[in-house]
Amino acid sequence: MSILINGLAVALPDDPRVSLLDLLRQGLHLSGTKKGCNQGACGACTVLVDGERIVSCLALAVQYDGRQVTTIEGLADGDALHPLQQAFIDHDGFQCGYCTPGQICSAIGMAAEAKRGVPSHVSADLTADVTLTREELQERMSGNLCRCGAHNGIIDAIRETLKSEIDTAEMAA
Amino acid sequence: MSIVDTLKETAQGLVQGAMSKLVPLAPDSWIPGGVPDPLIRQQHGLIGTSVSRLDGPLKVRGAAPFAAEFPLEGMVYAALAYATIPRGRIAAIDTAAAEAAPGVVLVMTHLNAPRMNTPAVFGSSPTAAGPADLPIMQDDRVHWNGQPIAVVLAETQEHADHAKSLIVATYAAEPSTTSLAAAKAEGPQPGLFMGQPLLNEIGDADAMLAAAPHKVDHVYRTPRHNHNAIEPHAATIAWVGDELIVHDATQLVTAEAQTIADVFDLKAEQVRVTSPFVGGGFGGKCLWDHQILGAAAAKLAGRPVRITLTREGVYRVVGGRTLTEQRVAIGADADGRFKALVHTGIAAMTPHNNMPEPFILGTRGGYAADSFKLSVETVKMNMLANTFMRAPGESVGTFALESAIDELAVELDMDPIALRIRNEPDKDPTSGLPFSSRHIVEAWRSGAARFGWDERSAEPGTRREGEWLIGMGCATGTYPYYRMPGAAARITLRRDGHALVEIAAHEMGMGTSTTTAMVAADRLGLPLDRVSVGYGDSIIPGTILAGGSQQTAAIGAAVIAAHHALVAELLKLAGNDSRLAGLAPDEVGSEDGGLAKLDDPTRRESYVSILERAQRESVVVSEEASQPLELMHWSMHSHSALFCEVRVNAVTGETRVSRFLGAFDCGRILNPKTARSQFRGGIVMGLGMALMEETQFDERNGRIMNPSLAEYHVPVHLDVPEIDVIWTDIADPHTPMGAHGVGEIGITGVAAAVANAIYNATGKRVRDLPITLDKVMI
Amino acid sequence: MTPFTYARAEDAADALRLGQASAAAYLGGGTNLVDLIRETVAKPSALIDVTGLSSEIEETEGGGLMIGAAVRNTALAEHLAVRTRYPVLSRAILAGASAQIRNMATVGGNLLQRTRCTYFYDTDGSRCNKRAPGSGCDAIEGFTRGHAILGASSACVATHPSDMCVALAALDAIVHLHGRGGARTLPFTELHRLPGDHPEFDTVLEPGELVTAIELPPMNFAANSTYRKVRDRASYAFALVSIAAALEIEGGVVKDVRIALGGVAHKPWRASKAEAVLRGGPATEQAFRAAAVAEMADAQPLRDNGFKIELTKRTLVAVLGDLSGAAA
Repeated sequence: MSILINGLAVALPDDPRVSLLDLLRQGLHLSGTKKGCNQGACGACTVLVDGERIVSCLALAVQYDGRQVTTIEGLADGDALHPLQQAFIDHDGFQCGYCTPGQICSAIGMAAEAKRGVPSHVSADLTADVTLTREELQERMSGNLCRCGAHNGIIDAIRETLKSEIDTAEMAA
Repeated sequence: MSIVDTLKETAQGLVQGAMSKLVPLAPDSWIPGGVPDPLIRQQHGLIGTSVSRLDGPLKVRGAAPFAAEFPLEGMVYAALAYATIPRGRIAAIDTAAAEAAPGVVLVMTHLNAPRMNTPAVFGSSPTAAGPADLPIMQDDRVHWNGQPIAVVLAETQEHADHAKSLIVATYAAEPSTTSLAAAKAEGPQPGLFMGQPLLNEIGDADAMLAAAPHKVDHVYRTPRHNHNAIEPHAATIAWVGDELIVHDATQLVTAEAQTIADVFDLKAEQVRVTSPFVGGGFGGKCLWDHQILGAAAAKLAGRPVRITLTREGVYRVVGGRTLTEQRVAIGADADGRFKALVHTGIAAMTPHNNMPEPFILGTRGGYAADSFKLSVETVKMNMLANTFMRAPGESVGTFALESAIDELAVELDMDPIALRIRNEPDKDPTSGLPFSSRHIVEAWRSGAARFGWDERSAEPGTRREGEWLIGMGCATGTYPYYRMPGAAARITLRRDGHALVEIAAHEMGMGTSTTTAMVAADRLGLPLDRVSVGYGDSIIPGTILAGGSQQTAAIGAAVIAAHHALVAELLKLAGNDSRLAGLAPDEVGSEDGGLAKLDDPTRRESYVSILERAQRESVVVSEEASQPLELMHWSMHSHSALFCEVRVNAVTGETRVSRFLGAFDCGRILNPKTARSQFRGGIVMGLGMALMEETQFDERNGRIMNPSLAEYHVPVHLDVPEIDVIWTDIADPHTPMGAHGVGEIGITGVAAAVANAIYNATGKRVRDLPITLDKVMI
Repeated sequence: MTPFTYARAEDAADALRLGQASAAAYLGGGTNLVDLIRETVAKPSALIDVTGLSSEIEETEGGGLMIGAAVRNTALAEHLAVRTRYPVLSRAILAGASAQIRNMATVGGNLLQRTRCTYFYDTDGSRCNKRAPGSGCDAIEGFTRGHAILGASSACVATHPSDMCVALAALDAIVHLHGRGGARTLPFTELHRLPGDHPEFDTVLEPGELVTAIELPPMNFAANSTYRKVRDRASYAFALVSIAAALEIEGGVVKDVRIALGGVAHKPWRASKAEAVLRGGPATEQAFRAAAVAEMADAQPLRDNGFKIELTKRTLVAVLGDLSGAAA
C-alpha cells in the first residue's frame, strides 16, 4: 500500500481523510504543491498522476494506491530546470509564485492531452487534430487561476516550450 | 469610531495642516527630490534593463517558503469557528464535543483566551496595524457575521477541522444594520481619510452645473470586492521564551510586530515577524484576527501553531473593498471645457474601522474645471471591517468619473480623448500645487496610434461579426505617487566587495527584491551579482508598508540615505593615504566597485582597497530616509491612457475583452520586465472588477454568501486577452531614480474603459458593476 | 471532515455489499463528494470507492454505446464514437469544470453531483431544506442568480449543476442501476427529481443503489447536435443557462429534435414542450422562437434570475439556428 511520489514509494496515510495535497504538504513537507482553495476551484494544487493532471485537494490519498505522482519538485533534473520552468522565468509567467507550480504541472498534463487529441471547449471541430492556438491554450489552462495577472506570460511560456509541437501541428492542419 | 481616534486624527490633521501651508512655499532645493537623483541621468546601469526575477528559480521549483510552509517541532494545527449573526452576544458556546474529539489539544474561546489588549487600529499611529478598533476574543460580543468565536488546536489539520465542526454556539442577537438602505436611513457621516476630510469645494459647482449648456449627471455603483490572493492567509507562530516569532504572509512586518507586541504587552523587539514570500497581497495581507488568535492559542497550548485560513475563512476574517454609490455630474461649455465637476457619494464602512473608500482621490487632480464639489460620506453597517484593495479609491472612483466623461463626450458629440485633453490642467486643480511630472497627453497620443483608435466608429452598435458586436472604449487611470515616512536601509559592505542591502520591505510578486538589488547595485556601483537583498523581516530597521504603491520610492529614498552614510563612513576609513583624502561626502559618488570624486573620476579607490587598508571585514551603516516633504510641495501622480476593445454577444450579452492597451506615464521604469507584469496584473484585476467580481453580502443577516473561488469569479486564462503595455518612460525629476511605484495604477480606469467599450459596441450604458450579461442583454 | 472508513470495491456486487452499511456513500473521482464532506454538507461514515468498476465504453448491439460508471469525464469526451456520433455529449463535458477535474470525475459521480446553491453549502449560517429537511430555505429570497426558473417549489429553488447530464437528458440516455432488488434500468430523464416537498432527494435512487452504466441509444441525427453554455466568465464557471440540442431537418421541416436545458431547474430539464412545437413543423427562426416561448411559459423568476427566461429563449433560438444551418 504505497504511492510513488517523484519516484519514491510513500506509505498511504492511516487516516483516509488525508488528501493527496495534505499528504504532500504536511506529511512529506513537499510544499511546492500549493493549497489555494481546497475545493477544486483554483488549480494551485495540480499534480500529475500517471502523467494526467488532477487537483490533489479533492483526491483522497488512499484512492491513489500504486499510482505514480509527479509534483513540481519532481520536474527539474537536479540543477537543470525543466524547460517549462525556465520559460516561466524568461517570460515572467508569475509574480507572487503561489499558483506557479500548479500552472507548470497543469501545462505539462495539458500538452499530453493535446498530443493525444483531446479536444477542448473552444475546438471548432471535435475530430480534427489539435492545434494549440492561443485561445486553445487559454481554455485548456483555465482551470488554473492566477490573481497576480500573469496570464500573458504564462501562455507565452507554454507556447514557447511547446513551440516545436505547435508548429508541427499547424503544418499538419 | 472612538473619541480617541477622532482626537488622533484631528491632531494629525493639525500638524499636516501647518506643514501643508509651509512646505509648498519652500524652495525646491530644501525638499527631497529638489535636486534630481543622479541615477536619473545614468545611462549604462541596470536601471531600465529587463532583469528576470532573482527569486524565479526558487518559485518555479516550488521551493520558495511561504508562511504555511515553515515546519516547527511540536507544531499543532488551528481551525476557526465563526459567528453566524451580525451583532449580539454569544449566549452559550459548547465546546465539549470538540475538546473530546480525537487529536484535539485545546479549544480556545473568549472564556479561556489569554487577556490581550485591543490592537491599535490602522492609521491611529505610524506602526498601528489593527484591522478594527475591537478586542479580539476577549468577550462575548459579536460584531460581524463571520467573526471568529473559537480556535481549535489539534495534532493534524484534519483533526482540527473536524473538531471545529462540533462546536455549537447560541446567540442573543441584537439589532443590526446590514442593508445599505437602513444604513443610509441612519444618516451619512463625513468621510475622513488618513485624518483628512474627503471634501473639496471650489466655487459654486451646483450653480455652475445648473447653468452649463451641456451636462451629464448619473449615479454609479460598485459592489464589494475581495482580494482573493491565491495564497490563503496563514501564519506559523511560536513562542520562544518571552519572544514571539510569527512567520507570516504580510505587507507590513514592522507595524505588525509592533501592534502584536502591544497586544501582548511585549516590547517591540520581543516580536519578530518574517514574511519572505507573500502569495499575493493586493492590500489584503495585513494584520487580521488570525495572527493574534494563533499567537494567543500558541501561548495557551505552549506549542507552536500553524494557522491557515480556509478560503471561506479568508472571507470571514479578512475584509475586502467596500461598496460605493457615486454621483458624477459634469457641466461643460460647448467646447467641452468643464464648468463644474461634481463627484460625491457614499461608501459603507463599520463602526469600528476608518477606511472610507476614498473614491474622489483621483478626481482631485484629474481635470481642470471652474468649480468642484467632491465628497465621500460614509454609512455604517455591521459587517467585517472593509479595507484597502488595490488602488483603494481610484479603482472604483475612476469607474464613475471616466464613465461620466465618456457620457459627456457622447452628449457633446466629441471624441472622448479630445475631451480629456481639452480639460488637461496645468497645475493641480484642487491643491494648486505644480505637477512634479505629468505626461498624460503623450500617453494618450502614443496609445491611440498604437491601438488604432481612429478606426473606432463613434456611433454605437455599428460593428458586428456574426453574433458579436464590437466596440472600443478608453479611460484615464490615475494613482498618486506616495512615499511614507519611516523607511530605512541597512547596508553591509564586505571586504570581498559584496554588499548586503536590507530593508523591512515585502515581496508579494511585484519584483521588489529584484528591483531593489538593481537599484542598490547602481547606487553602489556594483554588478548585480555582488549585491544581495534582505527583506521581509521585522528585525531589519525601518518601517516600510507594501501599500500605496510606495515601496519602490520608500526603498529608493532609504537606499539613498544609507548610501550617503556609507560614503561618509568609507571616507573616514580611507583616511589620509587614499586618493580620496580630504574630500567631503557630497563630492564623492560610487562607481565601478568603489568611490570616486564626482568631477574627477581619477581620484578613486575601490571598496575592497579601502576595507583592506582599514583592516575591516565589513562596514555597516543604517540610515532612515528623508521625510517625504515632496508630497506637499508638488502634486505627484502616475497616469495611464487605457484602450479596450470588447466583443459583446448580441444573443446572450456575454462580453469578451478582445484587445487591451495601457499607455502609462509612471516616471522612469526600473525593470521593464517586472513593471510590465505589474501593469498587466492590475489590468487583469480591473477586467475582473468590470465584468464579474462581486462579494455577495446578504443584506438580511450580513453574511457573505459566496466565500469561495468557485462562486466569486476572478478572470481565468480565457478571459484575459493579450495585453499591450507601453510607457512614456519620462523620469519624474523629483523622485528617487525618477521612478514611481506601479503596483496600483494598472487597475485604475480599467472598469470604465471596458464599460465605455461596451457602450460603443451596443449603445447600452451600464453604471453598475460588475457588467454581467443580464445588464447588457439587448 | 467527519471520520469515515474507506474500502475499495472489486466489482458491482462487492460495492453493493459494502454499500449497505448505514451512511455509506459511493466514491468516484471525489470532485464533488470530497468537497461536500470537507464542508460537512455530507457526513458519510463509510466511503466505498467504485472507481475500480467498469471504465469501458462499448458498442451495444443496437448501435448505441454502453458507458461504464467509472469512465472518467475526459475519457468519455475524447472517445471517437462520442465525438462523431454524440458531439453534444463531448461538448457538454468539455464545457464543465476544468481539465483537472474532468480527468478525475467519473460518469457515475457526475450524475450524482449536488447543487451549488450557496445556502446549501453554508452549513453554519443558512437554512436549507435540501441539507436539513424541514429547516427552511434561505435561498428563495436571497442570492438566486444560479437558481431555478422551472419546476421549483417553495421548499427549494436549487439547480442541478452538471453539464454532462444536460446532454444525457437530450440523448434519451438510459441509466443502469444495481440495488438490493437486483438490476434495473431507468430513463435518464427520470433519474433526477423536482424538489417538491422533499428536496433532500436529488434522485429516485434507492438507498445503497449504485449507478453501474449509462447507455446511449442509437440516434443517427445526434451527429448534428451541440451544447451551448452561457456563464459569468469565459470558462470554469457553472452555467447560468445551457442548451443541449440535436436536430434533424428534412426538406425544411423538423423531422426530429431533442432539447434539454441546464441551469434552470432542479434537474436537467428536458424541453418536451419545445420539442413538441417543433416536431413536424418548419425549421424557421419563428418556429424556434415559438418553441422557446412554449417551453418557458411556466417559468417563474426569483429576485435575481428573471433574465434567465429571455436568455434561455434567445440561446435556444440561436442553437437551433446553428444546427439548422449545419443540417441544411
